[in-house]
Amino acid sequence: MTDILMPALSPTMEEGTLTKWHIKAGDTVKAGDVIAEIETDKATMEVEAVDEGEVAEILVAEGSEGVKVNTPIARLKGEGGGAAPAPQQAAPQASGDPEKTAPEAAAPEPEGEGPAPVTPKAELKDPEVPAGAKLVKTTVRDALRDAMAEEMRRDESVFLMGEEVAQYQGAYKVSRELLQEFGDRRVVDTPITEYGFAGLGVGASMAGLKPIVEFMTFNFAMQAIDHIINSAAKTLYMSGGQIRCPIVFRGPNGAAARVAAQHSQDYSAWYAQIPGLKVIAPYDAADAKGLLKAAIRDPNPVVFLEHEMMYGVEFDVPDVEDWIVPIGKAKVRREGGDVTITAHSRMVGLALKAAEELAAQGIEAEVVDLRTLRPLDHETILESVKKTNRLVSVEEGWGPMGVGAEICARVVEHAFDYLDAPPLRVHQEDVPMPYAANLEALSLPSVEKIVQAVKKVTYVQD
Amino acid sequence: MAKAAAKKAAPGKGAPQASKEELLRFYREMLLIRRFEERAGQLYGMGLIGGFCHLYIGQEAVAVGLQATFKQGDQVITGYRDHGHMLAAGMDPKEVMAELTGRIGGSSKGKGGSMHMFDVATGFYGGHGIVGAQVPLGAGLAFANKYRGTDNVSFTYFGDGAANQGQVYEAFNMAQLWKLPVIFIIENNQYAMGTSIERSSATTDLSQRGASFGIPGEQVDGMDVLAVRDAAERAVARARAGEGPFILEVKTYRYRGHSMSDPAKYRTKEEVDEVKKTRDPIEHVKMLLDRAGATEADLKPIEDEVKVIVAEAVQFAQESPEPDPSELYTDVYQEA
Repeated sequence: MTDILMPALSPTMEEGTLTKWHIKAGDTVKAGDVIAEIETDKATMEVEAVDEGEVAEILVAEGSEGVKVNTPIARLKGEGGGAAPAPQQAAPQASGDPEKTAPEAAAPEPEGEGPAPVTPKAELKDPEVPAGAKLVKTTVRDALRDAMAEEMRRDESVFLMGEEVAQYQGAYKVSRELLQEFGDRRVVDTPITEYGFAGLGVGASMAGLKPIVEFMTFNFAMQAIDHIINSAAKTLYMSGGQIRCPIVFRGPNGAAARVAAQHSQDYSAWYAQIPGLKVIAPYDAADAKGLLKAAIRDPNPVVFLEHEMMYGVEFDVPDVEDWIVPIGKAKVRREGGDVTITAHSRMVGLALKAAEELAAQGIEAEVVDLRTLRPLDHETILESVKKTNRLVSVEEGWGPMGVGAEICARVVEHAFDYLDAPPLRVHQEDVPMPYAANLEALSLPSVEKIVQAVKKVTYVQD
Repeated sequence: MAKAAAKKAAPGKGAPQASKEELLRFYREMLLIRRFEERAGQLYGMGLIGGFCHLYIGQEAVAVGLQATFKQGDQVITGYRDHGHMLAAGMDPKEVMAELTGRIGGSSKGKGGSMHMFDVATGFYGGHGIVGAQVPLGAGLAFANKYRGTDNVSFTYFGDGAANQGQVYEAFNMAQLWKLPVIFIIENNQYAMGTSIERSSATTDLSQRGASFGIPGEQVDGMDVLAVRDAAERAVARARAGEGPFILEVKTYRYRGHSMSDPAKYRTKEEVDEVKKTRDPIEHVKMLLDRAGATEADLKPIEDEVKVIVAEAVQFAQESPEPDPSELYTDVYQEA
């Protein structure tokens, strides 16, 4: 005998009305036959037989209301032999009530940083610069280029694609001369089609290649954000660990000069919220090179946020083989005991300038360059705040729900008793980027704004 | 993999040919999908499967016919009506069913569900929940084949609904520009959820959607597994030879609603019944088998075998435990 059970016909259905029977005792049914009509919380639906056999008995009469899901409504004489056993009720819950699906056993408690897997496990250290190693003045642009070239020489599966990366030599000349060295198989000019080529890149990474997808700017990546998040970031998880997406999405992010609202936006907080992504935003050339090399080697999707206004700035880059900077490690750029300033990307430069001005006024600021936003190295931030007892966060993006908001929350959560003043955030004003030069300047963080914020948290009167 | 033993069907109007053995194999594969899906629908009704569940019943000839031209190293990628493709690709029905019930024995350890399953061993790359997203992804799989210099092909499936997504045309453009070995298979089951193709598409001959990129295409009877296989062989041979993408618009029909909770009021019962009665893809194979001299004695063992496979899958999917809570935080990042 096989019982036919009252089915749930929507994710929320718990009971329904059995409006009509199409079968009666003595009928023979086979799989696919419509046997009944049931009114759910959404609509009237037909029910098809799955099991085969002769109807032995109708257990719930036509017209019955409030029939609970999984109540036996009819009984079949099984056909025996290879007949499938009726599935036994073994679900942890009968209906699709999402409230009930939360695991009862306590999930492993993530350590402060959030999900456990994004907490850096081993002690991460920058490579030692050997005594006598040459320091070479290099622009951020060339450091990025060198990183790509070195990794492409090292690994056949690495290739670069994007708009104007090949023949034009890069819209910002970051890919200069790569076409000449690697050819058009590995340096691929794409049509202007961000959604499409981001998706194509992710597909290639699923097949085991290691694409570097250049966005001319991250403003245009908004058209591709579905693939960055839905296709790249989530696939390892959704596949139970089977499918990796070793891909780097890189390009300039943040405010350029006088290009107004649609071409000036900082996406740091957008991407840094997504589990499955790593998000990097370097400041100087050494980090740009070392972190991009690390990003290309990383088996996970990495969003690598550069800054147009930094491309032409020169810094020292150690002339050592394989300069790799670890992902997930912040860097204390300046030590000080009075206040902690956190910043990333171009804002690190402003923070350092502010620190100099403050030093002249007797305030010693410690500047923490975040470098990686996900996983965020909150240990380094906390260590600094525990020493200085004050925090100012600086970011180029908007304040609400931003990187600074996250840092403040973590500091309040983990170092509340160490704080001598409420933490402050310096960020872009809460408006789209204006075009007019004066308004643009007013909208952005500045050295002066950072100095003022520091004075506020240190209770220094002007 | 199931490489069709077939001698090529005679070009032109001749009816496609297949051996009895081949037809029996198609019958088995299609019946497995149908019985599996019926059972999945039942488990959904019992609350064992949650969320969205899109059944493939009625469309079996499409995945089975295409898969007959698959060879090792090829890739298959599709949207969220994906159970049929996974079974045709050779994934273990137990793992597929256990994924539907959200158990640790599922192919994604219960973390993906109906719409998100993958299996590298059989070349199945998902299982994608965002309508149309699999099309550039599939072009990317083809890009990797070309980059590596193999003659492998990416079988990229999507529906008549996805055929109106912009990213599909971005992918078409790049696929033809770079002559990528990809077969774009548009499974036209005539309804994008509840909106018929006539109500959603300015042009309804989807095989010509590549015309502005120079991608050839053809319409195929998706209820005839041999017609599907033959069209696939032509398209695949072309792609393997480096001649670039091809569009197959496969005309099919889904018997069930868009998802389990869809009462399908946008079409008449008569319309559905007519297709079931006159165009059912499994009945079609049975007719061909009859012509090829197969008897009940050939079919019955297959039917019994399928029944057992599905019953075992159901049992496994219920007995496999839910994932351990510790699985919550695994597979977010791959260790370097």
